[in-house]
Amino acid sequence: MAMSEAEKVASGSGGLRRALHWLATHKGITIGGGLIGIIVLMAIFAPLFTSADPYSQDLLSTMLEPSWEHPFGTDDNGRDIFARVLYGARISLLEVVLSVGLAVIVGVPLGILSGMTGRYVDQAIMWCMDILFAFPGIVLAILIVSVLGTSLVNLLIAIAIFSVPVYARLSRNLTLGLKAMDYVEAAISLGVSRHRIMTHYILRNAIGPIIVQSTLTAGTVILSAASLSFLGLGAQPPLPEWGAMMSDGRNYLGLNIYMSLFPGLAIMVTVLGFNILGDGLRDLLDPRK
Amino acid sequence: MKAYILKKLLALPLILIGVSMLIFVAIRALPGDPARMMAGPEATQEAVDNMRTRLGLDRSIAEQYGQFAYGAVRGDLGTSIKSKLPVVDEIAERMPFTLGLAITAYLLAIAIGVPAGMIGAIYRHGWPDQAVMLLAIAGASIANFWLALMAMNTFSVSLGWLPLLGATSWKSFILPAITLAVLPMAVIARMTRSSMIEVLARDYIRTARAKGVAPGSIYWSHALRNALIPIVTIVGLNFGSLIGGAVVTESVFNWPGIGRLLVDSVRYRDYPIIQGVTLVAVTGVVVMNFLAEMAIAALNPKIRFD
Repeated sequence: MAMSEAEKVASGSGGLRRALHWLATHKGITIGGGLIGIIVLMAIFAPLFTSADPYSQDLLSTMLEPSWEHPFGTDDNGRDIFARVLYGARISLLEVVLSVGLAVIVGVPLGILSGMTGRYVDQAIMWCMDILFAFPGIVLAILIVSVLGTSLVNLLIAIAIFSVPVYARLSRNLTLGLKAMDYVEAAISLGVSRHRIMTHYILRNAIGPIIVQSTLTAGTVILSAASLSFLGLGAQPPLPEWGAMMSDGRNYLGLNIYMSLFPGLAIMVTVLGFNILGDGLRDLLDPRK
Repeated sequence: MKAYILKKLLALPLILIGVSMLIFVAIRALPGDPARMMAGPEATQEAVDNMRTRLGLDRSIAEQYGQFAYGAVRGDLGTSIKSKLPVVDEIAERMPFTLGLAITAYLLAIAIGVPAGMIGAIYRHGWPDQAVMLLAIAGASIANFWLALMAMNTFSVSLGWLPLLGATSWKSFILPAITLAVLPMAVIARMTRSSMIEVLARDYIRTARAKGVAPGSIYWSHALRNALIPIVTIVGLNFGSLIGGAVVTESVFNWPGIGRLLVDSVRYRDYPIIQGVTLVAVTGVVVMNFLAEMAIAALNPKIRFD
């Protein structure tokens, strides 16, 4: 680059230019954030993008090729695939919010508690986390779903459970690092309460890495939920969940590829968005760079 | 070093005990009466009670766990409800298919992922690097069963080149192995790239270059050897996600491995199979992770997992 950072800012015409420059130098956040932003908007305002109802069946127009009327074609029940993919985004984003939210709510306090108390409490919590972590995520989810019963909500609980150890370990490590910082030691010696240290001194400074991890987990959540719904262990028909849609499409290979093609593309674009955004955020927060 | 290995070795049975307890408790929480399921739908109350005594379900939960753990250690995981065969036999029959698929997929992932990562590192910031990185991040974002469906549609249904389902010949391996290899391939390519970049910046590489060592020799023997540690880490520590991927892949391709056995047994509520397959899979993952940690500790004394 010909101009240095300072020159560019000095010659720039204020905030907009600086913002554009920032976005241009943080490509991951721009591209990933842009993708996710578009998907979130399309999910929220789905009715503005299609007039078709994702559930209404039309047995006179089944398995149609893509056309102006049905951009992604129709499925075996004559439902508009574009509408189903679009409304499916709502389900996938909800999966992310609920599963990641639950995992964070359970995992982060456990990790901070573990890091702050140490000794037996620490060992007991980490033993439990190691046990959960030993399971391949999908296998643990299958075990939990077979106990709770197959439904989307139970699937999300299962995914949250196998994500808990990730957040517990992360927050424990962050806590151990922060606990050794001067300002925390000072607060402890000044007699600030334990609870306040955990919330105000540790948690606040751990939020950045937790957000990065959440963004990276989001992709895993969507892929796991889709995989299990595809296997018939999650979202049930007629919900337009992307994995469940492909489970239908699987029966029509060679006859109608669109039933499988488009939900899979939707998964790829969404997960790609979260992964690129997560990588970008990690680079931004990584003090080594 | 010895203390580290000992600590890890002692932790191993503790984890396995915890895992077996979790599986045991989860299975006991399953809805329905296992004794009635085992005895069959037309069984009399007396037959159900007999079955309950035979299964040991009339004893305390601690006793039951003891019985289960003792059996598991001796290689007895109970009897399948559906097939009435010993669970161990059911698993042993399918295990070669799962292992064969997993090993093929890993070899494929390494054979492509390592050179791809090296190309990325060598042409850093150039177009080959960007192409590799793009493919790697896309590979980590694809639902593997979607890829499977697309490949089946193209190569099995439309072109008729490859068998659609099952394990009938060596050709049956191609699509499932590729499907399963995509994620580890992406991860290995990324890890190889970043560790190669780090290694290529070191002094001894500059010395080798200055001495006039051929670039090929620098990349393959000097640099790759040192970049291997992260690759071993990834291969060993990601064994669990490979097993998870195998569950899905096997189900798509009707592959006669333990992954499909697990998914099918959820449908039939065949709880001894769910219990057995889960225990075997997790034990495999725990042991693989342990071996990976040992290999890493042996390769690089600076790394300790704490």
